[in-house]
Amino acid sequence: MTKNLRVKSSEYIDETSRISFKFNGKTYHGFKGDTLASALLANNVHLVGRSFKYHRPRGIMTSGSEEPNAIVQINPGTNRTEPNVRATEVEIYEGLEASSQNCWPSVEFDIGGINNFLSPFLPAGFYYKTFMWPASFWEKYEFFIRHSAGLGKSPTSSDPDIYDHRNIHCDVLVIGAGISGILAAKNAAKNNFKTLLVDEKNELGGLTVYENNEFNKIDNKTPSEWLKKEIEELKVIKNLEIKTRTSVAAYHQYNYLLARENLTDHLEAKDKTNKIRQRLLKIRAKKVILATGALERPLIFNNNDRPGIMLSSAIKKYSEFYGVACGSKNIFFTNNDSAYESAMSLYNKGINVEAIIDIREQSESKIVKKVKEAGIKVYWSHTIVDTTGYKRLNSVSIMKLSNDGTSVTGSKISISCDCLGVAGGWTPAVHLYTQSGSKLKFDEEIKAFLPNQNTSEQISVGSCGGDFKIDEIIKNLNQKLKDTLNINETDLDNIKVEIDQENSKRNIWLLPSDKPLGKTKPFVDYQNDATAKDIKLALREGFRSIEHVKRYTTTGMGTDQGKLGNMHALGIIADTAGVKMGELGTTTFRPPYTPLTFGTIVGRNVGKFFDIFRRTPMNDWHLENKAEFENVGQWKRAWYYPINGETMHQAVQRESKAARESAGILDASTLGKIDIQGSDASEFLNRVYTNAWSKLAIGKCRYGLMLNEDGMVYDDGVTTRLGENHYIMTTTTGGAANVLGKLEDYLQTEWPELDVYLTSVTDHYATASLCGPNSKKILKKIIPDLDLSDENFPHMSFKEAKIGNVQCRIMRISFTGELSFEINVQASYGKHLWEKCIEAGKEFNITPYGTETMHLLRAEKGFIIVGQDTDGTMTPIDLQMDWIVSKKKYDFIGKRSLYRSDTMREDRKQLVGLLTEDPNVVLEEGAQIVSELNQSPVEMLGHVTSSYFSPNLKKSIALAVVRGGKDMIGKQLFVPMESKNINVTVANPVFYDEKNERLNA
Amino acid sequence: MFLINCPYCGERDQQEFKAGGEAHIERPKQPTELSDDEWAEYLFMRKNIKGVQFERWNHAHGCRKWFNMVRDTSTDDIKAIYKMGEKPPTQ
Ligand SMILES: [Zn+2]
Repeated sequence: MTKNLRVKSSEYIDETSRISFKFNGKTYHGFKGDTLASALLANNVHLVGRSFKYHRPRGIMTSGSEEPNAIVQINPGTNRTEPNVRATEVEIYEGLEASSQNCWPSVEFDIGGINNFLSPFLPAGFYYKTFMWPASFWEKYEFFIRHSAGLGKSPTSSDPDIYDHRNIHCDVLVIGAGISGILAAKNAAKNNFKTLLVDEKNELGGLTVYENNEFNKIDNKTPSEWLKKEIEELKVIKNLEIKTRTSVAAYHQYNYLLARENLTDHLEAKDKTNKIRQRLLKIRAKKVILATGALERPLIFNNNDRPGIMLSSAIKKYSEFYGVACGSKNIFFTNNDSAYESAMSLYNKGINVEAIIDIREQSESKIVKKVKEAGIKVYWSHTIVDTTGYKRLNSVSIMKLSNDGTSVTGSKISISCDCLGVAGGWTPAVHLYTQSGSKLKFDEEIKAFLPNQNTSEQISVGSCGGDFKIDEIIKNLNQKLKDTLNINETDLDNIKVEIDQENSKRNIWLLPSDKPLGKTKPFVDYQNDATAKDIKLALREGFRSIEHVKRYTTTGMGTDQGKLGNMHALGIIADTAGVKMGELGTTTFRPPYTPLTFGTIVGRNVGKFFDIFRRTPMNDWHLENKAEFENVGQWKRAWYYPINGETMHQAVQRESKAARESAGILDASTLGKIDIQGSDASEFLNRVYTNAWSKLAIGKCRYGLMLNEDGMVYDDGVTTRLGENHYIMTTTTGGAANVLGKLEDYLQTEWPELDVYLTSVTDHYATASLCGPNSKKILKKIIPDLDLSDENFPHMSFKEAKIGNVQCRIMRISFTGELSFEINVQASYGKHLWEKCIEAGKEFNITPYGTETMHLLRAEKGFIIVGQDTDGTMTPIDLQMDWIVSKKKYDFIGKRSLYRSDTMREDRKQLVGLLTEDPNVVLEEGAQIVSELNQSPVEMLGHVTSSYFSPNLKKSIALAVVRGGKDMIGKQLFVPMESKNINVTVANPVFYDEKNERLNA
Repeated sequence: MFLINCPYCGERDQQEFKAGGEAHIERPKQPTELSDDEWAEYLFMRKNIKGVQFERWNHAHGCRKWFNMVRDTSTDDIKAIYKMGEKPPTQ
């Protein structure tokens, strides 16, 4: 089986550096410059995988990113393993291991291959039709489908590589470094445009760089020789950056593109470490020049998928570029002249070409004559009706085509061969063009979609713009460059081009066989095993839209997005339905053009850099004192401080008791703080809060509730009047940014006449909240000069003071119901303040408490937390907070909505307290509440929003929202849980110190 | 990803901005005088046009200013950008 098919050396292959690699466990050799595909072909390995549905043996079909079959798992079993990689894109290196996907136990003997014999029973829509019934069996079906599906294996340990993102701004981005891209980039850069040229391959030059048709000449040189000279010149041009191994994945509006730059995938493991593997380039270009080329089309005929059947252009590339003969008995099957170029390429290297089968009646071009002179047999007006060879092609049968191309006549001729090159014409690669939002138009002459309406500053040049011959390419490129770059002359003005004469064309989307269609397998989508038969079946079953046919038959739904067969699918639909292809429209090409790894997408945002997080100035103290943290928005907040191996429950019970019995301290620095200044500041607060603000005296604090215009509670917090025209507002931790945004919105758009200025000062101040009956004594120790008497410093008031030399703002406000002081200092003094308080509080057993204890303490008092006890559907009335809604104010945000018929309903969900019959049972937050247990369907009255065991009350307490709950005080309800039903009684939500006596304790 | 020409800062990437819905919906000066239906019209009813639409945008991660944009929602072509309080361009 293994023999060396390396022919005549190629300048792209370094035969002095031999590389060994493993494929499916077996060791092979190749050379530096080989792809996995070229190295395997050099070893005469064609069979590389099994198809998705029928598990038919499949071989390497192409030489590029459009490859549908040669999908491999790279370095299986390692933490660098990657599934779904195209062997045609993998550059080999010492130690590379790869294995076939979608085959079990091996590619040579595959159990799923039985599906091939069952294929009459696996038509289009098979999965939809079969596995839907009975519904309860879906889980069992799913297991088998997933088990036999060839999606490869993801790595099980973390990715050792580094990925990066980079922003690039350029004047001109050129995508594709074939002849058009190279000439475009060169002329753009020479005219002082900052230019970036990218290509997915590791070498520049595209197809033309190995174009050796002796009848095509540029300035009297072969296109290959001429282009190599141009590539040399590129190296010394200023303003030009060239990135190879860089594949543009997405082209968004406004010329914003994403490209993946591959930096280490071609290196040995030892050279990969500590380097960036792939970089996602985020490119914003003023102009984009698409030079993405064209993809060769296969031909659709019976059994057109056997290993050994390849694109004609790929055979040529393997021979010219990699120096590899894909077979020793080659045949070409074509509808145009390009197969003759491939045939001559092989012939000139001494590789045997048995015959060319051409569906056309004739062609008069020079290259065709040359092929005949070489003694290669050409069968005109013939088509292949069948092929044989299970794991490798061994013969084709051909017959004469009828004049209309729909049937075959005469006798069958069988030709033995081991490689067949198919040439079905060229499809412009317009994927990126359409991604940009630009519109295509079907061209009847070349039977392909071409760029038509550009939405951004872009041009399509070369074959992706519909120019296939070198003279057309250069002429049209020249004009387009002048127009788009606004220049008068280019390098291309004086180029002399000679080309072989125009050839004739004949396009037949589905080639006939001597067997009826039902007995044949003409594959349209190789990766997903969709045949022409499936497409016709879909049409018979009533599908019309191309998007529906595509999904029903899975045509074009593979990882290659049907790059090879989409046009044939459209053509077959059009022919069958009797409509014009242009009227069908094309399917949508979605990003990415080729798959991206997750690593590239997330870049450096992994592990601890996954998301931004914010820490308070006291964070180090919390860490030193073994706090557990919780995420609140982006903040890391101290959650509780376990000591001596306490559980969370134990710690919270201890902290809660200490705060009420002596003294506690909370890091409240994360609360949002907005500085409000201006002569209309009071009026502004009047409009944004539900209560009245005009009469708040300087030095006083007030709690405020903010609604949305729909009347629902949006945020709350205490605002302090610092001066005549100066307030400081606090918001919830999570709501800070949104509140500022909302207030700015009203100021800028609805009330621009108000003289008010808002500044976020959340990060500028650190806040320690001292709480408990001994808090005043502790504060006195820190600030002996300040008169802390109730007369001088009553509840809901504010003082400025100094702790040593540190200026601070102190608010006597309380979120726990205890006597409390919130001390604010400049953020840089936060830890100093905290340590001062701890030091001074020692004799009172001051206890630091976290967010969990804070939540428990406020729940004992029935204070709401916006976002926990509210969910955007609660009005202040629903929360039983009517007291804070001003009846006198003419207007405030959300006021009118409080009088809508819906918000005035009596049976809205309202905030209530819940007490469990057994005081030791703590309800689950989110648990549903019902009044009847034996109802079906059971009516949900509401749910538990906050629930704790209160150490101060020695019983379980909960807050809940219950439909019509306000009038249910004392009523028994039920909380049905999986294991038992819990009896609860509706109660007043204020459980502790209803008269607020402790505020002045 | 749009390139948006903030009237205060110049061209910036879309990710610095926040879309704010339909433009030129004025908050009623005397909400209490409105019927439920009239208030609901202001509160809830928004156009969702395929084609040219007038929108509010905020340069949230920049100057924090609100401004108006005329955008074709089917092509994402930004036809015009103008400051709050300025007259919308006539089509
Ligand atoms: Zn701005």
